[in-house]
Amino acid sequence: MASSMLSLGSTSLLPREVNKDKLKLGTSGSNPFLKAKSFSRVTMTVAVKPSRFEGITMAPPDPILGVSEAFKADTNELKLNLGVGAYRTEELQPYVLNVVKKAENLMLERGDNKEYLPIEGLAAFNKATAELLFGAGHPVIKEQKVATIQGLSGTGSLRLAAALIERYFPGAKVLISAPTWGNHKNIFNDAKVPWSEYRYYDPKTIGLDFEGMIADIKEAPEGSFILLHGCAHNPTGIDPTPEQWVKIADVIQEKNHIPFFDVAYQGFASGSLDEDAASVRLFADRGMEFFVAQSYSKNLGLYAERIGAINVVCSSADAATRVKSQLKRIARPMYSNPPVHGARIVANVVGDAAMFGEWKAEMEMMAGRIKTVRQKLYDSLVSKDKSGKDWSFILKQIGMFSFTGLNKAQSDNMTNKWHVYMTKDGRISLAGLSLAKCEYLADAIIDSYHNVS
Amino acid sequence: MDSVFSKVDRAPEDPILGVTVAYNNDPSPAKINLGVGAYRTEEGKPLVLDVVRRAEQQLVNDPSRVKEYIPIVGLADFNKLSAKLILGGDSPAIQESRVATIQCLSGTGSLRVGAEFLKKHYHQSVIYIPKPTWGNHPKVFNLAGLSVEYYRYYDPATRGLDFQGLLEDLGGAPSGAIVLLHACAHNPTGVDPTSEQWEQIRQLMRSKSLLPFFDSAYQGFASGSLDTDAHSVRTFVADGGECLIAQSYAKNMGLYGERVGALSIVCKSADVASKVESQVKLVVRPMYSSPPIHGASIVATILKSSEMYNDWTIELKGMADRIISMRKQLFEALQAKGTPGDWSHIIKQIGMFTFTGLNKEQVAFMTKEFHIYMTSDGRISMAGLSSKTVPHLVDAIHAAVTRVG
Repeated sequence: MASSMLSLGSTSLLPREVNKDKLKLGTSGSNPFLKAKSFSRVTMTVAVKPSRFEGITMAPPDPILGVSEAFKADTNELKLNLGVGAYRTEELQPYVLNVVKKAENLMLERGDNKEYLPIEGLAAFNKATAELLFGAGHPVIKEQKVATIQGLSGTGSLRLAAALIERYFPGAKVLISAPTWGNHKNIFNDAKVPWSEYRYYDPKTIGLDFEGMIADIKEAPEGSFILLHGCAHNPTGIDPTPEQWVKIADVIQEKNHIPFFDVAYQGFASGSLDEDAASVRLFADRGMEFFVAQSYSKNLGLYAERIGAINVVCSSADAATRVKSQLKRIARPMYSNPPVHGARIVANVVGDAAMFGEWKAEMEMMAGRIKTVRQKLYDSLVSKDKSGKDWSFILKQIGMFSFTGLNKAQSDNMTNKWHVYMTKDGRISLAGLSLAKCEYLADAIIDSYHNVS
Repeated sequence: MDSVFSKVDRAPEDPILGVTVAYNNDPSPAKINLGVGAYRTEEGKPLVLDVVRRAEQQLVNDPSRVKEYIPIVGLADFNKLSAKLILGGDSPAIQESRVATIQCLSGTGSLRVGAEFLKKHYHQSVIYIPKPTWGNHPKVFNLAGLSVEYYRYYDPATRGLDFQGLLEDLGGAPSGAIVLLHACAHNPTGVDPTSEQWEQIRQLMRSKSLLPFFDSAYQGFASGSLDTDAHSVRTFVADGGECLIAQSYAKNMGLYGERVGALSIVCKSADVASKVESQVKLVVRPMYSSPPIHGASIVATILKSSEMYNDWTIELKGMADRIISMRKQLFEALQAKGTPGDWSHIIKQIGMFTFTGLNKEQVAFMTKEFHIYMTSDGRISMAGLSSKTVPHLVDAIHAAVTRVG
């Protein structure tokens, strides 16, 4: 076998000795275990040892991000990408907000430097972010009870919090909604935080299983973390009503659980930044301690800049200081300090009254387009589908996504027959739908729903 | 109500980044920051390279540019160009598609993602790191789940390399152990192996199947030549073996805050490289989903334009030359003042840092009495010095050496 070749090739690779051995064994071309390589004036014969990574298998493509890859590869002109939640214009083009372009030009004109940010990120960004979430006048802000550190968008912020939970709440479980964003479980798995699910989506009503949700939260061991979507639940688009939020807060307080909000769509659900923060503010008003992971990917269109924050609302300023210091200790061995560019854009936009106003207007426009598209899709379904099926869930759902209720086989049919790309859980991104394509999509949904099981 | 955070203690400031925090809080006009390794001009100001500004202008002015999520592994052209930069354009490993390159968050991010990958997929979970090394290294590896062992490196008696100790310690490592190597300009000591010593290290490592993990944070910054500073990495890759490389553009392109770097995993075959890349994606996705676009776009813009690339090499050499000149000035000033001791290590060491040999007490004294900010291990960042501030530093060192044990 190759073992005798291995001892030859690996212990001595000095040019002189290698040439001698090469002569002994004949030309390298005839021996599959030896390869001669020439580098400038040195010829080294290297035994081809197996790779240290030989046993590694090919990982499957990401279930969400892999959809876009598959879409790109499809050459059919009818194709539609309703996979990843990235906003598209009516012309189905990516959209860079005008206010973002303005901010970038300003930054360039000013000649900002590129020094390391502190581990916790840009101070102006952190301040603006906490104020955006809670409202600048909120007691938790005024009393400095919020530890905010800049994170790598929503994912990165969730990961920092998960690492803090693993370190300081050993054994504590996180309850995540069934279903939830596909990457949540990966984050908690890699952070070694145990998780389980609470009932959320009711396929019978294509709505919220509120009783199941409350029961499961009640049943969880005291001091569990409850992962809540602040607004525009991903993937279902189904949010609790304000009255239901009150009951959720009640049961969480009753069981001394710790709420953990994922806020990725503030402004994108209703079009109003304040309205979409209502659930978070309800909890803050009650003086509860909780986590909020926040992202600017969608509402400021800063997807690729990876800009977000982890906020921890504590019962005292002292606790907030301590928590912040420990979050820094987690970030430093992960990436040292966060990227400056996206943080500066946010700080510039939120920090300037005129630009902030412009942002709000663009935000309303984006959310508005999605609402319009929802309506058109609903109208198309109702007019084309003669079965009497109730499609009103499309209008009741909110945010970028709609849970169609299609199962995996039906979702596959959407892709294979109709070239409509979506995730296998039946989620479609309305942000990727244009008014012009609503009728086509309606045909595809009706066909998949009725003709495939 | 009792806080759920009552058991959370206040963490101390990071020992390196905390130096700048302390410096910022000092009102003295004589203060000098020789803490973190960020380049400063002769005027003591941060520097954004001219070629970087031009690249940024180009990007911001381009109406076709969008901010869509980039792939989990980062920008394709950035990855290709980064591999080429460290391995050389003619590298067989690249030509044979044996290199998996993943854009990461600067050097730290590349090290962490590489370490997490190794923890999941490599049969050995011990990593040997030099003594001393960058303060953040053990934390990065520990949190990735690797256990850390040290190999001898710095010899305080000679203020140079303890080469025998290094060979003995690596020789005693278990087969297959991971070994962290500073590609050039060792941080914090500035002491690098000679090319003959590198060759011996390579042979020893290959004979024991030790897996090299290069930290390349100063390519071009050490000698002023990108190719020279990549020499150690290239000789390892040339022997056909496997290795990991963490690359940073923080210093050599001055892109510190943009967090741009790359992890390259050189494998035995294209098939293995492709599988390795797919598995690294599973490490990245639950950590931050995909890397930031801005810095990588700047790097790609510069590396793919021969004119910009050229201009970059000139600015890079300018920075490296200024540091070399600071070394000379400091050494000559200490000689002129008659400060006791042999200070020749200042000009023998290479890169951004000098390991002065000053002890903790002397450092504390220099901070208190002379407002010199540096890490307690005696490391100073030459990049933070200027002709104007050398005299004050010399006074401080002289006082410390003559008055403090």
